[in-house]
Amino acid sequence: MLKGRTLGMGELERIEDRPFRTAPFAAGTLAAATRCDRLAVLTADLGKYTDVHPFRDAHPDRFFNVGMAEQALVSVAAGLAKTGWTAYCTTYGAFATRRAHDFLAIACAHGGAAVKMFAGNPGLTTGYGGTHQAIEDLALMRAIPDVTVIDPCDATEMQQIAEQAIDIPGTVYCRLLRGNVPVVLDPATYRFEVGKATRFGEGGDVGFVSTGFMTERCLDAARKLETQGVRASVLHVGTIKPFDAAAVAEFAGSVTRLVTAENHVLVGGLTSLVLDAMQEAQILRPMLKIGIPDRFIECGSVPYLQDKYGLTAARVHERVAAWLDRSGTSAAA
Amino acid sequence: MALTNHPSETPNLSFLKEKALQLRRLMLVQAAGKGQGYLGQGLGLAEFLATLYHYELRYDRDNPEWEDRDRFFLSTGHYSIALWAVLADIGYVSKESLPTYGADESPLEMSTIEGRVPGVEMTGGSLGHGLGIAVGAALGYRLSKRDARVFVEVSDGELQEGSTWEAATAANAFGLDNLVAFVDCNGIQADGAMVVPIEPVADKWRAFGWDVIEIDGNALDQVVGAMHWARMARGRPKVVVMRTKPGKGIARLEAREKAHFIRVGADEWDVIAKELEAENA
Repeated sequence: MLKGRTLGMGELERIEDRPFRTAPFAAGTLAAATRCDRLAVLTADLGKYTDVHPFRDAHPDRFFNVGMAEQALVSVAAGLAKTGWTAYCTTYGAFATRRAHDFLAIACAHGGAAVKMFAGNPGLTTGYGGTHQAIEDLALMRAIPDVTVIDPCDATEMQQIAEQAIDIPGTVYCRLLRGNVPVVLDPATYRFEVGKATRFGEGGDVGFVSTGFMTERCLDAARKLETQGVRASVLHVGTIKPFDAAAVAEFAGSVTRLVTAENHVLVGGLTSLVLDAMQEAQILRPMLKIGIPDRFIECGSVPYLQDKYGLTAARVHERVAAWLDRSGTSAAA
Repeated sequence: MALTNHPSETPNLSFLKEKALQLRRLMLVQAAGKGQGYLGQGLGLAEFLATLYHYELRYDRDNPEWEDRDRFFLSTGHYSIALWAVLADIGYVSKESLPTYGADESPLEMSTIEGRVPGVEMTGGSLGHGLGIAVGAALGYRLSKRDARVFVEVSDGELQEGSTWEAATAANAFGLDNLVAFVDCNGIQADGAMVVPIEPVADKWRAFGWDVIEIDGNALDQVVGAMHWARMARGRPKVVVMRTKPGKGIARLEAREKAHFIRVGADEWDVIAKELEAENA
């Protein structure tokens, strides 16, 4: 079934019957540009793969490609910010955070530079292996003081963040969902707010705390569990930093069991933050942690890798159902 | 708007010479307070900073945040002793505070941190950042259709950082003729004399598409001449390769082998200060 699939470059697989939107980042950035005439967009030889070409075509004088040079990308963006510009940058998260980490920390965050990094290939959204998969970027970025770190769920959120990032003070690191991106959150009712988690459902048998596209997978798994008699709910934490610890603690307190789910290694990301928040609030719950194992992931097609490492809705459901079974909370087959 | 120090066609060399001496005095005041510091590098930059701040750079003494100011990015943050001296000289920093250089809680840190002291345009301690930031600022000024210019100092040791060459490539790609880099070639780095070959410095910049001149960075007339040369606009970024002498102006410091970080005994400062005056008498 997987034979012949391409390795993918940050684009999510279509899920049957789920609506999608093409290049929501581009739409959001163009909308931001209508409000802000001092918005520049920079990329490092990955414009084609990060949905910036619509901006380039609309505002060629404000678009810059520095070539394969992530340190220049970030430091040039920081310099632009010093003269009153807001700089949106795109590259892959692996390159932004591993190669240009010092520049994001010191050239940008240390001085509060208005640099917004949109980082493609988050987690397992490419099959190009450990070099291209940003599996630890959230941990690296959230450890830097004064950075806003965001992992959007879907096209709705991606577009809203791109549109709003000009208003978020200082340095922002946002994972980029590109290409045809599923629409999960209703654009008519959902409003992204920095640092605010959003709860879906009231079920208290099991609660999912998730970030990024794992929220989509958790919502699907929760729906299926509901049909099997398990009352479930999902807390989407789009902003990793500042972290909505109060919402997480309240949510954890309202459910019997907790599942965390992230498209990221289980080191220093969402799961660590949830555990910190629960410790602070002195809440203890049985917990299942879903994420990428602490190892570099091989090359392979994206659906294969997401299935193998348990990030699909089916695998999330399967694991949670089995866990509930073992603990005596039944999810009927 | 109290504009001062805008480019003039008639440089007053004796005035600039006196200013360079004054900067050296102010650096000694700082190093004596701490007993140590990056004094050697600072002394080597005195002619450059005196000329930049008292002749070429366009800024407002009453408003360090003036939007149209020329920018000076000191990429080598550990040369802060030199920056504090010139910022004290132009009144952004009180001269009385200079002896607190490097002391706990003093804003006059051993390395420049943006946001604590007026006139500090970047956090410069992590080498290899300055040129890229300067490229961005030059781009920003051009986009905003402002005629302000961007000056940036980088060191020869810093040329070992790959990011410097990424930024050099970008500056050439964007044709930034409002950008002037000054490479302080003092021949030393943390582990001693240049630990890997970095020459030919000028040819490297030429190969990256920059207009290049090479000068004795401690010869005032050459520094002034370089500032004049850098006013031309030919669609390319410009770099001045400055050969400087660490500890310049004080013979016993010039002779020091370990000039990267200078420690001086408490009893020696008076002797050093007298030497400086004697050599410039």
